[in-house]
Amino acid sequence: MTIEVIMPQLGESVVEGTVTKWLKQVDEPVREFEPLVEINTDKVDTEIPSPADGTFLARFVDEGQTVRAGTVLALIGEPGEPLPQREGGGAHSAAAGRVSQKPAAQASQGSAARVVAEPVADRSPAALPAAPPARKREDLGFISPVVAKMAAEHGLDLSQVPGTGQAGRITKRDVLAFLESRPSAAPPAPWEEPGLGELFRPSEELAGGAAKPAAAPGTILPLDVVRRSIAEHMVRSKHTSAHVTTVMEADLSRVIAHRQAHREIFQRDGVNLTFTAYFAAAAVTALKQVPLANASWSDQGIVLHRQVNVGVAVSLGDKGLIVPVIRDADQLSLLALARSINDLAERARSRKLRPEEVQGGTFTITNHGTSGSLLATPIINQPQSAILGVGVLQKRVVVVEGKGSAGEAVDSIAIRPMIYLTLTLDHRILDGAIGDQFLGLVVQRLQQWS
Amino acid sequence: MADITLIEGLRQAMDEELERDERVFIVGEDVGARGGVFRATMGLFEKYGAERVIDSPLAELSIVGVGIGAALYGMHPICEVQFADFIYPAFNQIVSEAAKMCYRSAGEWTVPLVIRAPYGGGIGGGLYHSQSVEAFFAHVPGLKVVIPSTPYDAKGLLKSAVRDPNPVIFLEPKKGYRLIRGEIPEGEELLVPLGSARISREGRDLSLFAYGMMHHYALQAAEQVAQEGIQVEVIDLRTLLPVDEQAVLASVRKTGKALIVHEDTLTGGYGAEIAAILAEHAFTDLDGPVMRLAGPDVPAVPYSHPLQDWFMPDAERIAQAMRKLAAF
Repeated sequence: MTIEVIMPQLGESVVEGTVTKWLKQVDEPVREFEPLVEINTDKVDTEIPSPADGTFLARFVDEGQTVRAGTVLALIGEPGEPLPQREGGGAHSAAAGRVSQKPAAQASQGSAARVVAEPVADRSPAALPAAPPARKREDLGFISPVVAKMAAEHGLDLSQVPGTGQAGRITKRDVLAFLESRPSAAPPAPWEEPGLGELFRPSEELAGGAAKPAAAPGTILPLDVVRRSIAEHMVRSKHTSAHVTTVMEADLSRVIAHRQAHREIFQRDGVNLTFTAYFAAAAVTALKQVPLANASWSDQGIVLHRQVNVGVAVSLGDKGLIVPVIRDADQLSLLALARSINDLAERARSRKLRPEEVQGGTFTITNHGTSGSLLATPIINQPQSAILGVGVLQKRVVVVEGKGSAGEAVDSIAIRPMIYLTLTLDHRILDGAIGDQFLGLVVQRLQQWS
Repeated sequence: MADITLIEGLRQAMDEELERDERVFIVGEDVGARGGVFRATMGLFEKYGAERVIDSPLAELSIVGVGIGAALYGMHPICEVQFADFIYPAFNQIVSEAAKMCYRSAGEWTVPLVIRAPYGGGIGGGLYHSQSVEAFFAHVPGLKVVIPSTPYDAKGLLKSAVRDPNPVIFLEPKKGYRLIRGEIPEGEELLVPLGSARISREGRDLSLFAYGMMHHYALQAAEQVAQEGIQVEVIDLRTLLPVDEQAVLASVRKTGKALIVHEDTLTGGYGAEIAAILAEHAFTDLDGPVMRLAGPDVPAVPYSHPLQDWFMPDAERIAQAMRKLAAF
């Protein structure tokens, strides 16, 4: 009997995913729970384990294809077992579930239909050329979960890795050592390199007369799931909320002093005390006092959230950005906030976030100052009511009011570490004065930090 | 910086909290005029008087019961149970009343209570003065369970425990009371948050989780095996409930191997919880079996010295377990 491998729904709002990599080849034996395929969604990367022991009989979705949750990705069964006939002349539900049609999809649909009628062995839709015979799995000894995972991640042939563990087992250290020592791609042989000097230049270039081709039309970067998702979300937000931005500045002298004094203590707990933790803590203080900033719009009315779940935007470089959420941020100490931010940011960058960790935010902070921005007008993360933008920390000249010796008001000029804070709010929910009250509380908390 | 003993850290914490907040008081057997059997409350009776440092009858049930009642009326009691072995008469009060009060009153009533109790063996105390009781209480939602292993943490954690709105079971490794010395900063408030573990030694080969006296033996063992090229990461859990799951997982994601050490007996001991967390959340990061080194499953720490040595995990035994796991 064959068992279907189904594309799971990886979170409440995640309806599709992209197959990034098959970890098993057709006809290969697989064990239950062994990683079978890597999936990428707009929120997380994950592996799908095999649902059963058996042989990998057929796969219906190629690498790079995006399919809906519920789609049949592959079949597991006994070696040589005939594939079940499906209604619609083999038009697999896999094909029906496809959302992005690429030429490859066409091909595999056709072949999926063919496979049903023919023996599996050498005509599976995506059968890869047989790999050179490797050491058998049992010769390798026990493969620990982490070694299996690393081998899959780096596409390693474990039979090439010398084992130094118990009974010659390959340990994590062995894999790390192997990866380090693995020679990078061999340098090309001299005759593969283009030669130098007049003699080697193409005759057209020497003649100089040949017409130049018309300007290239440019390169098209394919849209991945993350890019598509960001684009959809940003445009929808601009269409949904009435964006208004208000700006204030804050003197961070006391925050900096506090951070200097506590960095080492936090370090003892393995926590890197970042400024973001202070901004999150200040936002939480203000959110508790201005519930409308911790709210969202619904047709029944404005929903005031009981929980304070603060999202923090994390840049993934050219891979886009993601907003992991600190749940119940109002119940966390500065230490716990800092720890949570460290952990979420790190796992966001390594794409190890769990689906629920990027959902349920009630407010968002974006620290655009980290890339040098002085002030920005961020777009609201729907369905929230506001977003706090933090600019770059700069020493600036400010006028400070003080008292002279006779008690008279005296102005003086001082150099202070300043930042601009922007609050972009949804004017459907919040009016300017309330937004200013909120932002004022954030400033006050930061300036009076103790 | 001042170099002090673990028990001096506890004494300073109680002194400072009594000074800071008049709702704080101490109640327990011999805590007053005598200054405690271990001298943890030395001098506090003279300084704060008999109304704030109260000598109780020999009845743990009422020490804790009085504490719960006072806490419900807004006081912040520190109850001392002379030896953790004697905490059982108060078990019902702790588990059925203190732990559940906030939950059953939907947050209206809280029990800001600390119960201090010296625990653990290796001091020739025999069956009734050597017990480890942490696993019983770490099973009870509504409690916090804290075990310091350094003077710094003893002081900082006890002060945080006094200020915590929940009932905190504060277990003190009594063998380390005077054995363990360490530095604390002077002239500044020392607070260590509950619920956070600490990496006390970094390493890449395996993670060791311990608390109390075993944390010190673990550091000694880690030093020993470092000579042989085995780099052990040692984590002092400090708070058992709620446990710092992120710290536990982060370390094992790095090393791939975990060894848990406690002197309490093995079966159903606290180490099982750490092992379960790792099995559930770090399975694909594991490069070896999760191992536990614990006291043997016998009813008590024996009084006979050779048998006490047989019972107690020590640096030598921990080093053996480290070598075994590193070689896997």
